[in-house]
Amino acid sequence: MKHVLALSVMLSAFWLINSGHYTPLILLFMVVSVLFVSSLCHQMDVVDGESQPLNLTFTIPLYWLWLIKEVTVANIAVARCVWKGADSISPSVIKVKANQKTDLGIVIYANSITLTPGTVSIDLSDNEITVHALTRETAADLLTGEMDRRVCKVEG
Amino acid sequence: MDILLDILSWILLISGSFFTFTGAVGLFRFPDFFSRTHAASVTDTLGAGLILIGLMLQAGWGLVLAKLLLILVFSLLASTTACHAMAKAALKSGLKPLTYSDQENSAEETTSKH
Repeated sequence: MKHVLALSVMLSAFWLINSGHYTPLILLFMVVSVLFVSSLCHQMDVVDGESQPLNLTFTIPLYWLWLIKEVTVANIAVARCVWKGADSISPSVIKVKANQKTDLGIVIYANSITLTPGTVSIDLSDNEITVHALTRETAADLLTGEMDRRVCKVEG
Repeated sequence: MDILLDILSWILLISGSFFTFTGAVGLFRFPDFFSRTHAASVTDTLGAGLILIGLMLQAGWGLVLAKLLLILVFSLLASTTACHAMAKAALKSGLKPLTYSDQENSAEETTSKH
């Protein structure tokens, strides 16, 4: 039930941000459409802890801040490689283990790897992520396992 | 205060443009598909991010700010997913990533030919 409620709140907020018209008629449309979509999702049985990960609400903002920092640092490193030319890169394919307990945690980890320039997750099977790394430094950074640990902490 | 905000916003817009341009140059300079995805992700993350943050400073408090924030969040989520989908599709259809040892070997081959 709380997941349906969370979905309704998110949908309403999304409508309010995108509409900008706050007349009674438009707000009535909002209520009707939010109720319709929420009940549709409930009937389809897709509203659960995976689509509405409420347990991450308080742990994930800190992780995002850390991720933004990592992404910025990695961006500068890759930009430097671009301007130095193709000789400065040393591509490699590595496998890292994802120690998260849930599928959602593994997806967050794999997506974070892709978001960081210099590493792209190219395959995922069970608990093993195949990663294409642009340079030896980015591969070594990932192999320290700090990101893995932090995503595990986000999961709680 | 306004002029300070303007200056900061311009710095962000220009550095965002620089990173976007860098990503585009990287697409041409890098040797194979997989290393090019890294260049594209520079455009997606810091390039688009800095430009959007620069625009947010111009927008001031209001709906436009919230919408720009939504654009930033969704573009980050969508670009990573698309990037992974492309890389995985390339791998599954048999494209082998060029790795460092390959490059060394090919370098040796070309030097031995000379």
